[in-house]
Amino acid sequence: MSEILKSEQSASSVKHLELEATPSPAYLDSDELILNMGPQHPSTHGVLRVILKLDGEKVMGTECVIGYLHRGVEKIAEHRTYAMFNPYVDRMDYVAAVSNGLGYCEAVEKLLNIEAPPRAQHIRVILAELNRLASHMLWLGTHALDIGAITPLFYTFRDREEILKIFEKYCGARLTTHAFRIGGCLYETYEGFEDECRNFVKFVRPKIDEYETLLTTNRIWVERTKGVGYISGDDCKAMGVTGPVLRASGVKWDIRKAQPYSGYQNFDFDIPVGTNGDTYDRYLVRIAEMRQSLRIIEQAVEKLPEGPVMAKVPKVVKPAVGEVYHGIESPKGELGYFIVSDGSTQPYRIRVRPPSFVNLQALDMMVRGALVADVVAVIGTIDIVLGEVDR
Amino acid sequence: MTMKKLLRKVLLLDLLQGLSLTFRYQDPKEIYTEQYPLQRPEVAERYRGAPRLNVNPDTNETLCIACDLCALACPEHLIVVTSERNEKTRRKELTTFTYDLSRCMFCGLCEDACPTDALELTQDFELANYTREGAIWDRQTLEQGPQPTVYKK
Ligand code: SF4
Ligand code: SF4
Repeated sequence: MSEILKSEQSASSVKHLELEATPSPAYLDSDELILNMGPQHPSTHGVLRVILKLDGEKVMGTECVIGYLHRGVEKIAEHRTYAMFNPYVDRMDYVAAVSNGLGYCEAVEKLLNIEAPPRAQHIRVILAELNRLASHMLWLGTHALDIGAITPLFYTFRDREEILKIFEKYCGARLTTHAFRIGGCLYETYEGFEDECRNFVKFVRPKIDEYETLLTTNRIWVERTKGVGYISGDDCKAMGVTGPVLRASGVKWDIRKAQPYSGYQNFDFDIPVGTNGDTYDRYLVRIAEMRQSLRIIEQAVEKLPEGPVMAKVPKVVKPAVGEVYHGIESPKGELGYFIVSDGSTQPYRIRVRPPSFVNLQALDMMVRGALVADVVAVIGTIDIVLGEVDR
Repeated sequence: MTMKKLLRKVLLLDLLQGLSLTFRYQDPKEIYTEQYPLQRPEVAERYRGAPRLNVNPDTNETLCIACDLCALACPEHLIVVTSERNEKTRRKELTTFTYDLSRCMFCGLCEDACPTDALELTQDFELANYTREGAIWDRQTLEQGPQPTVYKK
């Protein structure tokens, strides 16, 4: 199966589908069928519309229509001060709001040439890793649900709740957290924060084993995911795909290791890589990543230094003329912010490089030649959030 | 295929493993669902919910000094503060304060900006309303806070 896919899926075969608005009579004679999937289809994880070109059950090609959730976040930034724009970034990838905020704050800090104090960096790492767990848990639950396994959803959401409780106690919101400020963190940790994190790690380790009991050897799961949605490492690189999808194809690239930020160089963790580049491997990589995140949280809590949580930041953030790019490893891949400053209090331009948007491009490569039911599995396995795709 | 693998497959061990896990969670102890509205969740102390304009508990005077900092800090520009200069004390005094909840994203920037802790986001989270106008709170509502119906068993 994967051999056929390989030959059909070289980068050159990715071309824009010429879809006609109204099929011509000649077109109707052919066996091919154009089918709309979404934008309200539950398994498209939001408002994604996929136009499928089908030959029977076989997918001949796809085209993604996006923009249903476009809110113009990048444009809004041009009319807000640097501090004011901070809450908006939470609303891009709303299941990983902490990572979004971390990337934005660090990018502005880079522009201002300041660095968050060590304690703030540790708190940031703890929260960002908790957020990675939360994001992967949500992904696992919904992805399994798409393929037909309903039970993991309840367990992952139950355990994610514990993370959201920590967020709520730390910064007062569960989803759109606005946890960090430019220059560090606004909030000191609350009483019992360290213990709660430690207990959480202890609590969730066996739970991840439970998810594996439910899925890893389950024959239905294996049948539905092994060999489905294959993509090679080279194709991933050609498309700019990052995150677990890239790593499952055997490319060992993680920005936390390659270009450490926020003190990730001080922690000991591995980058799980897959070999086959299929849906099953992406599942295994994410599960392994969850375990690594727990390791990082443990170390960060142990090493949590004393000190201030906020660097000295001018009251009015007014960076010098210049531009900066800063990328972090969000749960879904490389999340980058490119900020152009014209020396005023408002950014001249902010461009976000969202991992979901770039990874979604690989959908066509992954599903060509597969069956319709696999499209659902592949959309799930890329782990997209439409808020981030459309911004 | 080895004998062990074959046996596992024939005996449906992979599926039974999962099923046994599910059955372990049948214990009533494991019930996780909250019975809202009878059972109201306790939100954290730092929770950012409904806004409140604090008054001095002794004198019942507002703590707000009408400095307008909250309105300036808000990314959505949804707070409108008007004030009047008191000729006797030569100080600004708050006259009206409107807060458009329908546009608020509860980011907390206004709360951070307030120099006197007058504006505060509280633990009230039930903000549903029948009209759009009802989402625009005036000074009186802000000082009283929302009055949601509380259901009891
Ligand atoms: S919470 Fe945020 S959006 Fe709401 S009024 Fe305050 S600053 Fe504005
Ligand atoms: S910042 Fe505080 S004191 Fe100033 S106008 Fe707003 S609520 Fe009143």
